[in-house]
Amino acid sequence: MAMNFLPRPDPWQQLDAVARAAFPAAGTVLGLLALAVPLGLPEQAALAPAFLFASVYFWSLFRPAAMTPALVFALGLFADLLGGGPLGLDVLLLLLLCALTRRWRRTLARQSFLVVWLVFSGFAAAGAALAFALTALLTLTLLPPAPALVEAGLAIGFYPLLAVLFTRAHRSLAAGAER
Amino acid sequence: MIRLSIPARQALARLTLPLLIAGAFALLLLGKADAVLAERVRASLGDTLAPLYDLIANPVARARAAVAEAGHLVSLVGENAALRAENARLRQWQAVALTLEAENATLRANLHWIPDPAAAYVTARVVADTGGVYARSVLLAVGPHHAIAKGQVALDDSGLVGRITEIGSRSARVMLITDLNSRIPVTLAHSRARAILAGTNGALPRLLFWPEDTPPEEGEQVVTSGEANAFPAGLPVGYVHYVGAAPMVTPAARLGRLDVVRVFDYHLAGVPPPEAGERRAATSAPAPYEP
Repeated sequence: MAMNFLPRPDPWQQLDAVARAAFPAAGTVLGLLALAVPLGLPEQAALAPAFLFASVYFWSLFRPAAMTPALVFALGLFADLLGGGPLGLDVLLLLLLCALTRRWRRTLARQSFLVVWLVFSGFAAAGAALAFALTALLTLTLLPPAPALVEAGLAIGFYPLLAVLFTRAHRSLAAGAER
Repeated sequence: MIRLSIPARQALARLTLPLLIAGAFALLLLGKADAVLAERVRASLGDTLAPLYDLIANPVARARAAVAEAGHLVSLVGENAALRAENARLRQWQAVALTLEAENATLRANLHWIPDPAAAYVTARVVADTGGVYARSVLLAVGPHHAIAKGQVALDDSGLVGRITEIGSRSARVMLITDLNSRIPVTLAHSRARAILAGTNGALPRLLFWPEDTPPEEGEQVVTSGEANAFPAGLPVGYVHYVGAAPMVTPAARLGRLDVVRVFDYHLAGVPPPEAGERRAATSAPAPYEP
């Protein structure tokens, strides 16, 4: 209303802006769906959480407007419903990840890739440990530690590859927004 | 849109995260308290996704087959030799099997053996591998008027896969025998000792509660037991394999690469679905124990 003196935005431009804003969350959902296809990859079950964790971390850090807490909540809920784990576990983990990343964003976004990766490694390890502890608590069974280690290892190991892809998407999104 | 002053908006923004985290805890409790609701929502999501996955299942299977084919071309000569040797061995076994079959038929005829009724089954395609780090399950695409019910038994061509745990109108979920929550009564084929097969989320489920005097032997076949009336007796499950001191079971079914499974209806009522429990208790007295 206050911007009445500006020219009215073109509907196509608006659509374009919406598509750009929706890309991080939509891309994450599509990635999760693709990783559920039985591809016969080794340790495929641990790939989806690793991808989800890396995606939420990256976009919360570099494009927080497109990865709001409400979206993170929705993503976690979707992942929980898609997988067979306890309902709400992914929601909690991702929200904690999002909260911490947002708090440290100002200092973290200026650091080199190595530091960003190291911090992610810490988050991934802590997340896997928390998931392990909460699942054990909720099912009241002592779990074998191997799956948690595999999950953390996969998340840490795949982060550089995913970061390269995300950075490309991020740059093209930013370039498009300036045009 | 409601217009708020800037401090009010900032305060709201600051409140969002704690509120959402509280919501996550609420979800955790809700999922634990009302398992049926969570299951229903999951089943409807499965129903939505199953046709989608079914659409791409064919190209994916073809691509996988092409990759496997390329791998086979490399090891063709060695594999051929191994297959010849195996074929020769299997021919001997075939002769043994034919003799035994004839003998078995004679003995059954003499003993007036009552054969087990043939079980009805449907075949369904595995369209998604929906397990997480702490769950092992697969999603089946089934037609809209399927007869699949909870508790039915899923097998692939070589062994036990798991049990149906959720059914929607177009999809069904199978909990694999490697899932953390899977407990299956089994018989050790050699010693006829009973045990429980418990999933560990790893590739190998482990054996629990075998009799003290008959430890499982390495390589011994493990089959389902009819105890608790949850499974028919004698379905192949796998082979005993010791990892350290713990007896694990290598599953006979290829759980990592399931394409198609058969879902059998053995008309067993040993494990009623949880929501039927109250209804059943209210309407009928428990069935008398029949040894």
